[in-house]
Amino acid sequence: MLPQKISELKKRLIEYATLVENMIDRSIKGLVGKNEDLFYEVMKRDEPRANNFDREIDEMCTETIAQFDPLARDLRMVLMILKMNKDLERMADHAVNISESGLFLIARPMLRPLDLVPRMAETASAMLKDSISAFIQEDSDTARKVLEKDKIVDDLGDRILQEVTAFMKEEHDGIKRSLHLMRIAHNLERIADLSTNICEEVIYIVEGKDIKHHHGSEI
Amino acid sequence: MEPPKVFEIENLSSFYGAKQVLKKVSLPIYEKSVTSLMGPSGCGKSTLIRCLNRMNDLVGNFRMEGKILYKSKDLFSKDVDVTNLRREIGMVFQKPNPFPKSIYENIAYGLKIQGISNREYLDGVVEESLERAALWEEVKDRLRESALSLSGGQQQRLCIARALAVKPRVILFDEPCSALDPIATAKIEELITELKQNYTIAIVTHNTAQAARVSDHTAFLFLGDMIEFGTTAKMFTVPKDKRTEEYLTGKFG
Repeated sequence: MLPQKISELKKRLIEYATLVENMIDRSIKGLVGKNEDLFYEVMKRDEPRANNFDREIDEMCTETIAQFDPLARDLRMVLMILKMNKDLERMADHAVNISESGLFLIARPMLRPLDLVPRMAETASAMLKDSISAFIQEDSDTARKVLEKDKIVDDLGDRILQEVTAFMKEEHDGIKRSLHLMRIAHNLERIADLSTNICEEVIYIVEGKDIKHHHGSEI
Repeated sequence: MEPPKVFEIENLSSFYGAKQVLKKVSLPIYEKSVTSLMGPSGCGKSTLIRCLNRMNDLVGNFRMEGKILYKSKDLFSKDVDVTNLRREIGMVFQKPNPFPKSIYENIAYGLKIQGISNREYLDGVVEESLERAALWEEVKDRLRESALSLSGGQQQRLCIARALAVKPRVILFDEPCSALDPIATAKIEELITELKQNYTIAIVTHNTAQAARVSDHTAFLFLGDMIEFGTTAKMFTVPKDKRTEEYLTGKFG
């Protein structure tokens, strides 16, 4: 019946989130530790797994709605799981993008602006972890705290952009590397944004409040 | 892996006099799962479920063609003892129909007519059956009261307990909730999902939402034809036949 279906769905989504967290962590570790094996794990082994989760959770949500006609909090839960599933699928793609650019970068001399990337990655990845614990505990306060961290990631992204721009002016043979680095920063920024989506979705499940597009003002 | 089939219905056609009600219907009924027979009035779903424990034998002008295998044997073969068969394949009807006797007697009756009179044994079966039908807690202190003093939902659970008392393998439900309110309906549905761990269940319903909630497999019948059979999850999300899609979206029926 419905309560069992919802708990199966939650369990599956949490497993998916754990996989995506690992993908992001490994793509950054690969970059910092110059370990191409980690990139290949993300691209070849984990991405197909992530796609399977995506398909399976989509199907489970559709069937749950069709068979059990969930209402109120149950309906919000199933609909938001459907959205979180999409958020996680995008994040998995971002981890793959980071790995692809990482592969290009670690085979070449390192760029100085790279120093900021691990910090940015650490914050984005913590945001994802916290958004998932907010979901597990159905805790909207934790979700709100995560939203506040988005600015840190955005600021780091801006700083990387500035440093990369300066670097490109000086070193013309580093343009391609710079673009790859920018791509990594952009993908991390998207991971942080998608983590805030998950938090908005948790708040909607718990409180029934739609706070999308209201960051900064009263949420 | 496909679970074992308890029934295999093969090209079943049935007639009341000259009127054909089922037209070459084929489907399996899997062990320890719930199969819904769904469709608009007059589609033949009740006729079909009544074939499964040979209730239609009692209808004068009834005739059938095709085959039903029960545990791989012909259900209509001459050496089948129909009384034993109906003990193994119990049935619960649309309207609760307890006997005008005490709650206890309703459950014990089936065993008593089999000649069982050991009090301790009967007490045990009464308690166990009422437990399994999720009614024990509500009636344990009033077993001697008339079954007719129970609410409609309780009466229906009593009828389920009565069916369970004779240790069936299969329980057939013919619109078991159509006379019940939503809360009593929810209780019966919950009970059906629990019972499938130990019993094979077939249920006739014209309530599509109920078929969706309780069953693992669904057969959709329309004007005597079986239009589609499959897992409930698939049929309610991506039905294969246009007529199933139209029925589920309320375009007819």
